[in-house]
Amino acid sequence: MTTTHSLAAEHLTLGYGDRTVIDSLDLAVPPGRVTAIVGANACGKSTLLRSMSRLLAPRAGRVVLDGKEVHRLPAKELARTLGLLPQAPIAPEGITVADLVGRGRHPHQSVFTRWKDEDDEAVAAALDATDTAALADRAVDELSGGQRQRVWIAMALAQQTDLLLLDEPTTYLDASHQVEVLDLLTDLNRSRGTTVVMVLHDLNLAARYADHLIALAGGRLHAAGTPDEVLTEDTVRTVFGLDSRVIEDPVSGKPLMLPIGRHHVRRPDDARSAAG
Amino acid sequence: MSAPVVTRPPAGEAASPTVPAVRRGRVRRASRRRLVVLTLAVLVAAGFVVSLMFGQTTYPFDDVVRVVFGERVPGASFTVGRLRLPRAVLAVVAGFSFGLAGVTFQTMLRNPLASPDVIGISSGASAAAAIAIVTLSLGETAVSVLAIAAGLGVALLVYGLAFKDGVVGTRLILIGIGIAAMLDSVIQYVMSQAAEWDFQEAMRWLTGSLNGTTWEQVLPAAVALAVLSPVLLTQSRNLSALQLGEDTAAALGVRVERTRITVIVAAVGLIAFATSACGPIAFVAFLSGPIAARIVGPGTSLLVPAGLVGSLLVLVADFTGQYALGTRFPVGVVTGVLGAPYLVYLIIRTNRAGGSL
Amino acid sequence: MPDAAVVRRPARVRTLWLLVAVAVLAAVMIASVAFGSRSVAWSDVWAALGGADGTLEQAAAAKRIPRTVLAVLVGGALGLAGAVMQGVTRNPLADPGVLGVNMGASLAVVVAVAFFGLTSATGYIWTAMLGAAVSAVFVHTVGSLGRGGATPLKLALAGAATSAAFASLVTAVILPRNDVTGSFKLWQIGGVGGASFDRIGQVLPFLAVGFVICLLSARALNSLALGDELAAGLGERVAVVRATAALGSVILCGASTAIAGPIGFVGLVVPHACRLLIGVDHRWLLPFSALLGGSLLTAADVIGRVVARPAEVDVGIVTALIGAPFFIYIVRRQKVRAL
Repeated sequence: MTTTHSLAAEHLTLGYGDRTVIDSLDLAVPPGRVTAIVGANACGKSTLLRSMSRLLAPRAGRVVLDGKEVHRLPAKELARTLGLLPQAPIAPEGITVADLVGRGRHPHQSVFTRWKDEDDEAVAAALDATDTAALADRAVDELSGGQRQRVWIAMALAQQTDLLLLDEPTTYLDASHQVEVLDLLTDLNRSRGTTVVMVLHDLNLAARYADHLIALAGGRLHAAGTPDEVLTEDTVRTVFGLDSRVIEDPVSGKPLMLPIGRHHVRRPDDARSAAG
Repeated sequence: MSAPVVTRPPAGEAASPTVPAVRRGRVRRASRRRLVVLTLAVLVAAGFVVSLMFGQTTYPFDDVVRVVFGERVPGASFTVGRLRLPRAVLAVVAGFSFGLAGVTFQTMLRNPLASPDVIGISSGASAAAAIAIVTLSLGETAVSVLAIAAGLGVALLVYGLAFKDGVVGTRLILIGIGIAAMLDSVIQYVMSQAAEWDFQEAMRWLTGSLNGTTWEQVLPAAVALAVLSPVLLTQSRNLSALQLGEDTAAALGVRVERTRITVIVAAVGLIAFATSACGPIAFVAFLSGPIAARIVGPGTSLLVPAGLVGSLLVLVADFTGQYALGTRFPVGVVTGVLGAPYLVYLIIRTNRAGGSL
Repeated sequence: MPDAAVVRRPARVRTLWLLVAVAVLAAVMIASVAFGSRSVAWSDVWAALGGADGTLEQAAAAKRIPRTVLAVLVGGALGLAGAVMQGVTRNPLADPGVLGVNMGASLAVVVAVAFFGLTSATGYIWTAMLGAAVSAVFVHTVGSLGRGGATPLKLALAGAATSAAFASLVTAVILPRNDVTGSFKLWQIGGVGGASFDRIGQVLPFLAVGFVICLLSARALNSLALGDELAAGLGERVAVVRATAALGSVILCGASTAIAGPIGFVGLVVPHACRLLIGVDHRWLLPFSALLGGSLLTAADVIGRVVARPAEVDVGIVTALIGAPFFIYIVRRQKVRAL
């Protein structure tokens, strides 16, 4: 397959202003796998992702890529190994799909180099992989939400990195487009060995699509491991403060979380024992 | 670094038909851009020559050429060489500076309204120049230095005041409008305090004028353009990446803060030097970018086309203001009358589309 | 049950502030007669107020009386117009200057003088009001197109763009006419220096009508503050109310601009300051804005006269220097989403 890279956080502490968001966190991203980071709102998921891609300098500790500290690497060198798709990227007005995807070539170019054949090839490959070649000459503004997200992923692919970090790639998408995007990321992982790390909102989709789950709570690592190990009723209670039942997903065989609220619970005794 | 990853599509599809399609599209857009840049350059050159040839007296083309190359031609040497040539050169230089700096700000802040003349930077440079010349009677160099310091100061001030958990474009623009209003009243005051109210001089600092241009005014602006425009052009790719948002740009390997500071200093420098020569020619910085975007199409760098559009605008507006309207209008009045309706149009269009301003 | 005294206390606070405002206005008016480029002894000020103009000092002080009256009237009109506009548009940045209304009035006057030979004072006022009304409607229409209606940003931008367009046109019209340039220059910056009781008398009827319409719309503006739907639910005829109140403020702006030139930021600053002091009830806010507006403009005029002695700084420049920082302060206070 492809070269694998190791990405890890060591005693990482992050924050904004005088607020600490992540507190002395240690974790390792398994190379060549799909990892999902889950946790309640404002628990530091996006902050962690931004720091792993050098966007946010750590207060303490470090992020290590292949034994080198990420925040000491030259910006472009890092950008050729590790790509990030932020939650709300901005498409310039009227830009075509091909041009937008071409912007992903930035780390491979310098001030004086001209556009090369390999740039065209990378763009074409990214369009093919995301099934957006037919849209190449369309304006990004005109696309549907699902198409647009595929185009952004194509831009990140044109960057040709072995590691791809995505911040909530499925927000604002309806159910079918969510599945479409996650299937696409799985394809990339399986066909090229790209290491995928994504922040996901939906626990059940995370459990189904990720090989490795990382659950954060209160700025600390609560659990990490396979979905079976991590997605338990205890974890859901600690991380989300929510009572739940976890059953086997009849479709995938992965764990499936069913929340228990105050209403619409069929057997109160059962619910209480689950909450027990 | 490790060897580049092979990114062929999944096995089975050896040569994708997408590659030639992508190349065709890119070549088509690039050649359109080349054509536009070439056409604009030809138009600027034509406008330059026309403004040297025509006026109260018309001189034939070869007289003008001889004067430009330093020969002495009776009559033409004074009118063309001393009056029209510095004026036309300043029109090209200042127009290019305003257009280039304007589109740089618009691209960096991702907002067509965030041009230096809307957010007060031009007013700052202009107020400083007006005070330096009218009140303190300083020389060219000191005026330029003060103007650039004031331009940078205002840029810093607007940015600092707009900072509150990060800088938001809308807040920056509104605060810029407020600062501009204040600085314009400072200019008015300085003008009203001048020994005698010189309306032409006041117009120069409020709307911009090329009247009475001398080589001493042209030189600093031309040198600034020669030094600073390459700086901006080398940042062109970084600016394109910044258009996708700060996070995306950083993920693509752009040093966001370093790029932003480089670009702001260079663009403010261009604005300040040009402004200290001819005042803040109204709306050229604001107009050039959107016009260039219209002609070139989206997705490619607008820096050079916008600069050329700026030069063309100033040349044409100055010629129109001098000879086409019966009275001699300073160039800034002409660009103001043209530019303000376009600003209104832009607001209407953006509002209609429901886009973010 | 809330204690009746607790409910009524704000009313007592308001009454107190009202007395303070009246006292401030009186003090500022006296200062306006007393201070100027020529120093005048207090005894001469009192004599001039009593009608004497025998000595040079008394004459100088007497000349400042109409100027003071004009500053109070224009300032009051602008403060009140600003409060009404902010109520009608529910927009914290609404101000005759920001909305381009003043420049609209200027353009109309200049065009009428240059092309239609307008000379009569009444003609001036009608033309200025027409220009003010047209540009107010235009700016508001442009600013409220599209999603979200008239947001502060869109309105301010539409106003700034329209002002810039009008300013360029004004220059284009007056530049070839050297004869009007001089007198126009004074007027364009905004000033109350050339006041006389004759000229004040010409605008007084218009100002009176504007004041009455605006003050009577207070209760309706209170309903409008809750949103159009809720106001309609409370039995308010929203469109009529809004049009009437807007008409009142346009009359005030037009008349003020006709006599004193475009003066910015008074209508912006004053209502905000008043809201901090006495709350958001328009029945108090409107008269209070008028009082404070009069004080502010008179004070600005006094400041303009004394800071650069023996020269004078025009009052429009002083208000811009005071008002722009306040504008920025308001922008900074707003949440991003509200912009």
